[in-house]
Amino acid sequence: MQQSLDIARETLFAPAGIGESELEQVFSRLMAPSVDTADLYFQSSRQESWVLEDGIVKQGSHNIDQGVGVRAISGEKTGFAYSDDIVMPALLEASSAARAIARGGQSGSLKAWHQGRGLGLYAPMDPLETMSAEQKIALLREVDAEARRQDPRVEQVIVSLSGLHDVVLVADSDGRLNADVRPLVRLNVTVLVAQNGRRENGSSGGGGRYGYEYFLEDGRALGYAREAARQALVNLEAVDAPAGTMPVVLGPGWPGVLLHEAIGHGLEGDFNRKGTSAFSGRIGERVASEYCTVVDDGTLANRRGSLNIDDEGEQTQCTTLIENGILRGYMQDRMNARLMKMQSTGNGRRESYAHLPMPRMTNTYMLNGPHDPAEIIRSVDRGLYAVNFGGGQVDITSGKFVFSASEAYLIENGKVTRPVKGATLIGNGPDVLTRVSMVGNDMALDSGIGVCGKDGQSVPVGVGQPTLKVDALTVGGTS
Amino acid sequence: MAETLIKNTTGTLPGESELTLIVEQVLDEARRQGASDAEAAVSVGTGLSVQVRQGEVDTVEHQRDRSLAVAVYFGLRQGTASSADFSPASIRATVEAACAIARHTSEDPAQGLADPDRLARDIPELDMYHPWALDADRAITLALEAERVALGADPRITNSDGAGVSSNSGIRVYGNSRGFIGGVRSTRHGINCMVIASDDQGMQRDYWYTVNRVPGELEPAEDVGRKAAANVLRRLGSRRLGTRKVPVVFQASMARGLLGQFVGAVRGGSLYRKASFLLDQLGQPVFADWVTLTERPHLSRALGSAPFDHEGVATRQRDLVAGGVLQGYVLDSYSARKLGMETTGNAGGVHNLLLHPGDKDLDGLLAEMGTGLLVTEMMGQGVNMVTGDYSRGAAGFWVEGGEIAYPVQEITVAGNMKTMLRNMRAAGNDVDIRGAIHSGSILVDEMTVAGE
Repeated sequence: MQQSLDIARETLFAPAGIGESELEQVFSRLMAPSVDTADLYFQSSRQESWVLEDGIVKQGSHNIDQGVGVRAISGEKTGFAYSDDIVMPALLEASSAARAIARGGQSGSLKAWHQGRGLGLYAPMDPLETMSAEQKIALLREVDAEARRQDPRVEQVIVSLSGLHDVVLVADSDGRLNADVRPLVRLNVTVLVAQNGRRENGSSGGGGRYGYEYFLEDGRALGYAREAARQALVNLEAVDAPAGTMPVVLGPGWPGVLLHEAIGHGLEGDFNRKGTSAFSGRIGERVASEYCTVVDDGTLANRRGSLNIDDEGEQTQCTTLIENGILRGYMQDRMNARLMKMQSTGNGRRESYAHLPMPRMTNTYMLNGPHDPAEIIRSVDRGLYAVNFGGGQVDITSGKFVFSASEAYLIENGKVTRPVKGATLIGNGPDVLTRVSMVGNDMALDSGIGVCGKDGQSVPVGVGQPTLKVDALTVGGTS
Repeated sequence: MAETLIKNTTGTLPGESELTLIVEQVLDEARRQGASDAEAAVSVGTGLSVQVRQGEVDTVEHQRDRSLAVAVYFGLRQGTASSADFSPASIRATVEAACAIARHTSEDPAQGLADPDRLARDIPELDMYHPWALDADRAITLALEAERVALGADPRITNSDGAGVSSNSGIRVYGNSRGFIGGVRSTRHGINCMVIASDDQGMQRDYWYTVNRVPGELEPAEDVGRKAAANVLRRLGSRRLGTRKVPVVFQASMARGLLGQFVGAVRGGSLYRKASFLLDQLGQPVFADWVTLTERPHLSRALGSAPFDHEGVATRQRDLVAGGVLQGYVLDSYSARKLGMETTGNAGGVHNLLLHPGDKDLDGLLAEMGTGLLVTEMMGQGVNMVTGDYSRGAAGFWVEGGEIAYPVQEITVAGNMKTMLRNMRAAGNDVDIRGAIHSGSILVDEMTVAGE
């Protein structure tokens, strides 16, 4: 962590000549007797993306952004201002604006600066520099060729490669300084296929907090190409999806978007403090079958949803949300934890310095259960087997959630039979997991593709689960 | 009630001439670094937003955003870069980054600036800039008013997700190396409120919002609160439905989304990639024969107005669909060249696309439907743009004999977009203009509803 703090000071403080005495000056402007806590979030991020289409690399972009967000909290009130210029006059002006939510004069209570705790889950490096431009382009071309090699019905291949180098430093009114250098890479492939006038698409991808070499290891990138083509070709054969309520078996990995929507958002601290979640006040109650244990874990090495520290400078942790079916805990940021007299769980996250932090998920997944996945399929007389999904959405107040299958099959007499078209599944968060009657022993995490949106802010997240069976879920097909 | 002392307003914007100068610096720098062509957009936005909840201030946010985006061309190769820093050193570095990318991209015959004869010459004044002398105290007072009315409307309204007031001003200047330079100044203000009602079956939430370029044209805060309350109360007691095939009315705000999906299918990017369910449909009937969709980019004060598009191309009024027949596509220069066509001035999207309304209001549409589903909320993505397959989560009301019978939830609505557009039977006159697509409610014959 010392290395991250050194990098962050060099990147964020040195150009503006900011040191501890300048920080003290800012905090003495920011603090008032009725301000409970305040923090500064310094950020510098550099992002690139390359896109291949029609067999050529036709687009590339490069983006630099930096700035500082200034927040003052007084009870349940938050004052917030930010500047995309990290210089002392802008910091002081933003501090005056942010503290205006609180009345009263100056107060000078400042504690000695000290470094906060953090994890070392990924290397503090710049992923954009881990490959030359020539190598990045060669990688895109290889992925394109691999996808086209799969089948003559492949018509169009779109490959994108992106990298982010994010340096953050959090200084708070407790005198804590903490920093994180966060690499993030992503590769995505979309394949369009056509046969007798019918067209379909498939897509695949992955990534994490690595350098770009991650995509070359174990032939990962080429694997995404084959997977995208395979999905598109399966969809060419798909018949209309069924409509109605039936048993649904969800495959391992990314179908864990079920957990993210059905229970994850509803267990975020802000909604529960406000009493607006369908899970409010239900800790200790049964909300799932005995086979279900679900955690939110920000501490997995190199995962897309992992963080050494959250965006409030708190070390991330593994939080048990549901244990053997019983609701155990919420995900908290500092403000909501304080107001609920709980502890932060290291889930305070924000899209950037220009956004306020709030409780957000990291990597949310269900632990293994006792069942053999083949046995789970065999147990279904007539139902749906869904192995891949697009996105989902939830209304945390009514508890209703959806997630949309992009690859699914009918199960007939205990066997997986025909592929069916994509369909949206809809259910009720507080009771869907009580209908989970079987949980497999094949837990997998997704490949590193998740983006979660809340209040207009996007953050990278992960999900995962073993194969599982929901006895009754509504499938939104047409037949 | 208000516990704030902030007196500063949303801040002032730089002048158009100041940003024009920056655009010129960027274009000069690109030329200096050897680019054969370049284009740049510089924008600055400033805003204030407050959120209150349960009669207290929740957040007060001051926004100020800047961005500079540049695209450079070396013949038929392109590179782009962006930054939030307008300093000369940053301009140089940003142009360098774009040039470095252009050295590695491939030659693409469709690449390049908009054709010079399509660039806007006369820039119409569209009256889009109406700053609001709003300080945080006043914003908080308005938000509290909206929430107070909503919370006081009925004892079953037990909680609040809060009410908010926001005011944003922005200026964007675009220029390119063929001599075009133009700026647009605009404002956008809003009031919103979301409340929660509960009964023995659980909680429901719903909301209302108003948004306008002109502060005086916003709905009064108490009306926002009253409508939020009415919306949430009527959802209490929601039931599920059995699986069935029925006609569906998409309430205006949802109908706008449906038309947005149609626009996605006739957008150049979807067409040249052949990732659209409306390939090769130009001149063909894609909607029911009564449907006309007109794009009106020069409407005074409207949210989707634009004197020129993101490439400087003149925008103009046109029928996208007339008598149900597709009259054109939604193209920028790049996708137009890929398709062997001309740009339609839609770099950045459609501008005030209006579905010509019918003569009935929503109640009239429900009467015409007779028995079926009124959809007031949709969840999830659930639209396959390649095939048109449509399957989304929904909530709304079961309608019998033209009258609302009871609220419904936890159901899906499914069909195929191609059939849905052809099966549109009527549009209401309850036109919702809170965005770039303007539409009343839409009645669609027979869709599959899945539930219990």
